[in-house]
Formats: sequence, structure tokens, C-alpha cells
Amino acid sequence: MSDIITKIERVDLPEKDFENIEDDLLRHISRPSRNYRIWMGILLLIILIGIVAYVRQLKYGLAVTAMRDYTSWGIYISNFVFFVAVSLVGSLVSSILRLSKASWATPLNRISEIIAIAAIICASIIIIVDMGRPDRFLNVFLYGRIQSPIIWDVIIIATYLVISFLLFFVSLLPDIGLCRDRLTNLPKWQKNWYRLLACNWKDKPEQYANLKKIIAILEIMVIPVAFAIHTITSWLFATTWRPGWDSTNLGPYFVSGAFMVGAACIIIAMFFIRKNLRLHEYITHKHFDNMGKLLVLLSLVYLYFNINEYLGPAFKMVGAEGEHITELFVGKYAPMYWLVQLGGLVFPILILIFRPFRKPFPIMIVSSVVLIGAWLKRFLIVIPTLQHTYLPIQDVDESYLHYIPTWEEWAITFASFAGVLLIISVLIKLYPVLPIWEIREQKRLIKAN
Amino acid sequence: MNENKKNQSARRKFVKAFLTGSVGAVAGKKLLSSLSAKDENVSDEQITALSSDGKLIKVLKSQVDHPHHKPASPSEARKGIYGKKFVLIVDLAKCKNARKCIDSCEKHHHLTPDRPFIKVLKMQDNPKASPYWMPKKCFQCDNPPCVKVCPVGATYKRTDNIVLIDNDRCIGCRFCMAACPYSARVFNWGKPQTTEDNQAYSPETSVPSKIGTVEKCDFCPDLLRENKLPPCITSCPNGVLYFGDANDDTVTNGEETVRLSELLRDKAGYRYMEDLGTEPNVYYLPPVDRMFPFQDNTEASDV
Repeated sequence: MSDIITKIERVDLPEKDFENIEDDLLRHISRPSRNYRIWMGILLLIILIGIVAYVRQLKYGLAVTAMRDYTSWGIYISNFVFFVAVSLVGSLVSSILRLSKASWATPLNRISEIIAIAAIICASIIIIVDMGRPDRFLNVFLYGRIQSPIIWDVIIIATYLVISFLLFFVSLLPDIGLCRDRLTNLPKWQKNWYRLLACNWKDKPEQYANLKKIIAILEIMVIPVAFAIHTITSWLFATTWRPGWDSTNLGPYFVSGAFMVGAACIIIAMFFIRKNLRLHEYITHKHFDNMGKLLVLLSLVYLYFNINEYLGPAFKMVGAEGEHITELFVGKYAPMYWLVQLGGLVFPILILIFRPFRKPFPIMIVSSVVLIGAWLKRFLIVIPTLQHTYLPIQDVDESYLHYIPTWEEWAITFASFAGVLLIISVLIKLYPVLPIWEIREQKRLIKAN
Repeated sequence: MNENKKNQSARRKFVKAFLTGSVGAVAGKKLLSSLSAKDENVSDEQITALSSDGKLIKVLKSQVDHPHHKPASPSEARKGIYGKKFVLIVDLAKCKNARKCIDSCEKHHHLTPDRPFIKVLKMQDNPKASPYWMPKKCFQCDNPPCVKVCPVGATYKRTDNIVLIDNDRCIGCRFCMAACPYSARVFNWGKPQTTEDNQAYSPETSVPSKIGTVEKCDFCPDLLRENKLPPCITSCPNGVLYFGDANDDTVTNGEETVRLSELLRDKAGYRYMEDLGTEPNVYYLPPVDRMFPFQDNTEASDV
């Protein structure tokens, strides 16, 4: 492990005793916070409204949505794709950056793992919400056909969820041990909880040796699974006969887009965690600066796949595919399309090249634009395609021709967002949000050098 | 005119009897053997039927009233009717958008106008060609995209060419709708409004419709089991639709019965979007030598 952490000079860590660092990073767990309760209350309220909408959907069927024949998938599916994309962040930071010895990113490991878990859980929930017969969910296991890309997706999502969870939990063990030993003024259930979860962690050198081995294995395992999860999600579209989805580019296009939105998510999370938990000494300008550069790089890759995705069909303008492209470029969806492509992709690249914009506040704003753009982009991938069929759409009710999500769909979608934030907030409140033991390790290495 | 219609209906009756011949003969024998248990209310109406040795015979209508089949169970409905390969031919030269096929289908499957199994589309192949009407239903593909993507095997391909849906199994993911390049499938977005009946569900009848599941044209296998033609075929006033068995090489539009291979050969039959490789079992005859000039008579189409 020690050879993994090189160039220690570059790591930004506060000049403090380790005792104080532990105090800083554990403080928020034992301190009751009114803001936290208000925040949780708001999230729970949003989720409650979403549940009301879902109960209506269960009662009246998917008729409460704006989906109809032709536009048979709506924002539930585009939101699902979005969450799967966000979940890739876990593998990006805690795995790819860790393996590439970017030790500056160590304080971001746990944040990224938490976001990944929250996003993948809510992606699984939202896909069940989209089902016409959620009561028959078990049919997926009773009658599952391995030939169907949906079953591939079910398998890979479950796999990714398990690996992400293990990665989060295993790398948390020493810190849970710390919570158990150091936090004494906690309610009884919470103390018991840490004792249970710490799995008899005793800070022994051999325990650390095992831990590092397991983490290394998981880090390597999670990368192909992360690529697979979003590639397979893209295959839900690419395996159909639809103009607009019938593309061999879709896999890398989705994966690169996911890494971009993942980086944006980390930056936004960094900003608010740093502010609310007063971790300015640990999440520094250098982190924002580096993440900004990374975001530019990932956006450039995504831009490349975007050009690759649209240029060929736009040059040829063949039949229904041409109609689809026309609708995106100059038609009904043009305002959204150019907002997403220019505002959510080109603009962040242009602006984040300049150092002043990589300061915490501006980069948080830019990342939020990227995030909104990424959500709308999934809308543009899913919905317009369904409205461009090979055979003309005729003889249908007016409502079949366009798709404007109903309040129930929005309520459920916002509830899913609130769900992601809720899971993130609870995990941050329960556990140290920065990996204390890894920081200690780095500190030791700095001292040794 | 009236006379004409009468003739026509007599002819149709004959064709139906032709199709029901074998069943009728069996049922007749059965009835004869149990004459003692004769019903008081048997009518003495006679119809013409074809006997097994090829003679036209007059029989009591009550005698050819074949036993009513119970709708096939979901597991039976997966097998298909033995030895059959059902096909449909649409003669585009004859369609004038009368929309009787849609109405009769709606009635047979207890549908509402917002989820039709059949659509009649106004098509124009290029700006200089005259537009034409294209009746479109499920193409019952041999390489069906819908069946390939279904995660639970709720939609399946049978040996008799029919692609069916088991709506006791469908989870409502709508992947099949996204996959079908012909937009043949409809979804029960809300609680289906059907004439309330206590009929047991069968994938072969697609009745009663179930909320949150996918439906589509099924070639009416329940009627095929009784050797009856689907209602869209018999209700068409212009004989546009031909239905039959590719193994027999015969198709009928309810009025004339012709050789499938000859019809496709002589009239240059084609399948829609052959290049997608879906191998449909619905063929089209090109809209040449039209029976009617094209009229945009969408009076019945305001859904």
C-alpha cells in the first residue's frame, strides 16, 4: 500500500495533531444539529408527496402519467438512466483515482462511495416505479429470460450495488471502530450500532493488511462492473430497432457521459459537505481545482462521443433517423437540445479552463449546470426517439403526440432526488465523511519522509 | 343490390362452412349418435356444408354448431395450433379506409378506440406517388424483436406463426413496445374499460384486458381453433384482407379462396421493411390498379 501513496508532498493535509483531526472529522456525528433536522424534514416531505403520487399511480395505473402508446417511456426511464450514470462516480474517484495513485483525492473516496450507493438504490426504486405491474416484480426472478437486456441490467445493477456497498463498508471499518471507541456521548442504540458494525475491529496491523488487500480487490473489481452497468443500460436502447437508438456508439457515449456527471456530482457534494461540516482544511481549493480539471477532461471525452453520435446520422439524414435529428436540431426539441449541448457541455469546458472558475463557489455553480444538463440530456435520449417511428403516427388522440410529464411524474421524480439526498445525508450523519484512517496513514507517511 | 348482398352473404356462409367442414362433420356424427337426447328447441334452418368426401350437403344448422371451445389456458396457449402456419395478406389496391376491420376487432376484443389492435394508415411512398390506405396490425414476425427483449417471456412465438402475450405474466416494462419497429403494441395505461364479463382470461382471446399490461393483434387464435376466420377478415366489405395457412398454401378473404404462393408471385407481394430482418408473416400486395380512387375519408377516424 505504501507504494501506492507516492508524491506525498502534494497531499493537502492540515498541520494538526492527529487527535485534533479525529475530533474535526467526528464532530458532526455526536453534535445535534437543528439544520440537519430541518433538512431531513424537507426531504421527507418531498418523499411523502412522491409517495402520494405513487399511491395514485398504483390506484389508477400509469394513466396518471403523460406516457401513452408511442411515448411509452418517460422521465422515469430517463431519470433511471441519470441515476445509473451518477452511480458511476463511486468507481471514478474511489477506484480509478485511487489506483492511479492520485492521493490528493483520498478525502473524496467516501463521499463518492456514498453518492454511488444512494444513486444506485434510487435507480432500482425508480425502475420499479416505471413498471405497469410492480405487483409482479417477482416474475423477473421466476420467469427471467437471460436473453433479455433487462435481465442483464438487473444482474449488473445487483452486482454493482453489492460491490459498491462492500467497498463503502470495508473501507469504513476502521472508522466505525473509531466511532465506537471515541464517541461516548451518543444514544445507546447508536453505540450498539457501531459496536455491531465494527465487526470486532481492533486496529491490529494484520487487520489493516487484510483490509487493504480486500479494498484493492474490490477497487479493481468495481471498474469493469461500472463500465458494464452503464453500457448495459445503453443497450436497453441500442438493442431496439429504433431510429436514434440504433447506434454502436451508445455504450461509450453513455459511459463517458456518466463519468462527466459523476465528477459534477462530487464537486457539488464537496462544496456543501465542506460548508456544512466545516471541513475547509480537509477539502481544499486544490481539490476543487483538480476536480475542475478532471471535469474538463471528462467533458471533452463526452463531447467527442456526442459529435460521433450525431454527426454521422445528421450528415446522411436518412428517413425516420433524419426526422429525429431534425426535430432535435431545429424542431420541437431544439431549445432543450442546444441548451444541453452548449450550456451543459461546451460552456463548462470553456469556462473551467480558467483557474478562477475552479474556485469552490463558481465551480459548484458550473457543476450544477452540468448536472441539470445531464438530466435533460437523458430526457432527450429517451423521449424524442420514441416519437419518431418508422410508420407514421396517425389516428391517435392529441395527447399521444407530445409528452409533458404530469405532476405525479414530477412528484415521484423529485422524491427520487430527495431519496438520493436522504441516503447521502443519513450516511454522512452516521459515519465520518472523510476516511480518517486513510488520512492518518498519509500523515504518517509524510512524517516518515 | 339487396339480391347481391344476399348472394354475398350466402357465399360467405359457404366459405365459413368450408372452413368449419371437418369440425362440422365430427359434431354432426356426435349429434346423430345422441339423437335420443334431442333438444326441443332445435331450429330446422339448413345450411350448405362440404362433406369429408367432397360433396355439398345440406345439414341442419344446429348440427354444425360445433362444440364451443373453452379458451386455452396460458400453458396451452404457448404451444400453437398443430400443423398450421398462419399468414395474412393485405391487398392495398382494395382498401378504401372503410374501417370495418377496426370496428369488428374492437368488438371482438372488447377494446376502446384509444387502444386499437388495427390501424389504417395513410401512406405515401414518395411525393409523386398517389397516397394509399395501409391497414396495419401485428406482423407476427418470425424474428420478433418484442419476444427477444421480453424479460419474463410474457410474449412468445408459437409454432403456428402467432406471437402472443400472456397478460397474467406481463410485468408492464414496455420494452417490447420500444422494440417493435411497427408500433403494433398498445398498453393498458389505466383500468381497461371493457364490457364487464366474467370470462376467464386466456392469452388466446386477450380478454379481459388487464391494467398495466401490453396488448396487440393476436390473429384471434380462439376463433382459429374453432376454424373460424378473425372478424377483421370477414367484416371487410372490400375483401382487402386474406387470411390462411401457409402449410395449406391457401388464403381466403371470406369471399374468394386463393393459392397463397400464386397470389404473392403474381401480385408481387412484399413485406413491410424487409431489411429489418424481422421476417413478418403479414404480406402486402402493392396499391396498383386500385379499386377506388384515394379519398381522404377519415370520417370514422376521429378518435
